[in-house]
Amino acid sequence: MIPLSHWLILGALLFSIGVVGIFLNRKNVIILLMAIEILLLAVNINFVAFSRYLGNLQGQIFVFFVLTVAAAEAAIGLAILVVYFRNRRSINVEDIDDLRG
Amino acid sequence: MQNALFHWSFAIPEIWVLAMACVVLLVDVFVGERQRDVAYVLSIFTLLAAMALTWSQMGQTGFAFFGQFHLDPFTSIASFFVELLSLLVLSYSRKYLLRRSLYRGEVFVLLLFALLGALILISGANLLILYLGLELLALSQYALVAFQRGNLRATEAGLKYFILGALASALLLYGMSLLYGLTGTLDLHQIAIALVNVGSANYLLMLAVVFLVAGIAFKFGAAPFHMWLPDAYQGAPTPVTLFMSSVPKIAIFALFLRILVDGGYGSIEIWRQLFVALVVVSLVIGNVVAIAQTNLKRMLAYSTVGNMGFLALGIVAGTQNGLASAFFYAVVYAFMATAAFGLIVYLSREGFEAEEISDLRGLVRTRPWAAFLLLIIMFSLAGVPPTIGFYAKLAVFQALIEAHFIWLAVFGVLMAVVGAFYYLRVLKVALFDAPAEDLAYGADDPLAASVLTVNSLALLILGIVPGALVAFCYHALQGVL
Repeated sequence: MIPLSHWLILGALLFSIGVVGIFLNRKNVIILLMAIEILLLAVNINFVAFSRYLGNLQGQIFVFFVLTVAAAEAAIGLAILVVYFRNRRSINVEDIDDLRG
Repeated sequence: MQNALFHWSFAIPEIWVLAMACVVLLVDVFVGERQRDVAYVLSIFTLLAAMALTWSQMGQTGFAFFGQFHLDPFTSIASFFVELLSLLVLSYSRKYLLRRSLYRGEVFVLLLFALLGALILISGANLLILYLGLELLALSQYALVAFQRGNLRATEAGLKYFILGALASALLLYGMSLLYGLTGTLDLHQIAIALVNVGSANYLLMLAVVFLVAGIAFKFGAAPFHMWLPDAYQGAPTPVTLFMSSVPKIAIFALFLRILVDGGYGSIEIWRQLFVALVVVSLVIGNVVAIAQTNLKRMLAYSTVGNMGFLALGIVAGTQNGLASAFFYAVVYAFMATAAFGLIVYLSREGFEAEEISDLRGLVRTRPWAAFLLLIIMFSLAGVPPTIGFYAKLAVFQALIEAHFIWLAVFGVLMAVVGAFYYLRVLKVALFDAPAEDLAYGADDPLAASVLTVNSLALLILGIVPGALVAFCYHALQGVL
């Protein structure tokens, strides 16, 4: 059986990839949305790993809710992105600079 | 065991708001464009009835839904304020929305769902419930910010708010997963029991608390996690800014109280240090950067950052008194912010947002009463006696000194002085500069004008007789520790 620590390291790595993806990405807003999904999935791995390790189902139930909320979040995020694209004609991260100061 | 009982009657205000949000959505579809007022009046009625229901629960305590839902004095009092603030938002914004053809049923529905999220956040006693409440509040707000679809700034603000808000939720969630792994339960009451054996020197607990505090600070808008806040405040339609600056502040304070006090009070030594850092950075960034702003909404956004620093001073104190003063500060700040943004809503008209500080030039000549109200609001934000803003600051400083954080209190007072500068500058522009000839404020709106008058005068009157409000807020936190 794969030990708990391996799963936690995997979760931490995925989470770091997500955070780095949000802050270093200079190209495309879609990539930001993907980074957000990775963040949530990293958390899911943590929850499932802990749940299995503790022999306690609550963590796995939490994961179902996180997946559902992530879907709703992606829907709203894409909707906002579409509206933004109609106004700006670009989804380049460097172009999102109308508000600053 | 009382925990095992269902007790659905404890959640009647939440159930009512949920049902009525669906009713408003349906009714609006059927009555259509012509009678949009039906949906508006129905929303107002929903909020009034919710306030009455919440009020009728005052004094009851207990758990419902098998320990997932917590009804205590804090739940009732915080829910009542949140509902009252939503009511203020709706009354301020009718004309604003009408003039920009934003007067659509979805606004009311999204506002009611955001309120529902806040209510769930206030009464959750389980990490899962808190997460769902937080997301309901946040998702409704993302949609509200980007609601003005043809407006580049509003959609840009929505996009930025969405990305950083989602990051904040993920940070909080990661902290929750570690807390779950450490204690083996999602129930805050059982987490508190489990943490007694863990002790505050545990590395996993430290990591969990760091993530939880970062997520909460993000949602609060405390520096250095404030980057989304000025953009979202400036870009969003002003009634939405009005909502964002009031209701979520109380709701996020409730989130903090539930997770880190109800559940994680055993880790106070860890989160207290983190909040000290947040306080120092927020006070400096909020108060210093605000001086450089020329846009009034953006200035008020940085003032929010600074005010979250003052609020966190009460959290740093960490005592019963400190937490009560922080809650009192959150409530007072929410009412000051509604008055300030309400004034901007009131002065704006189609094609003119009244959001630059220079737009207020010579306000005292053109709109003397509005200028007088602006005087009260700015004095209250700056913390000048005898306004309620003074008592809010006094309460957190008192609690802080009782908890022996003398140097932090001195630093806070110094930053309050720096903050007074930019509030007074707005007054200087409004009272002493010559009015520009091309400025014309919005036509008179009796509803917004009367609400603004009551809201602003309340800041003054409650400052002269603060006893009742202070006692009310302190009662909410009784027995929390």
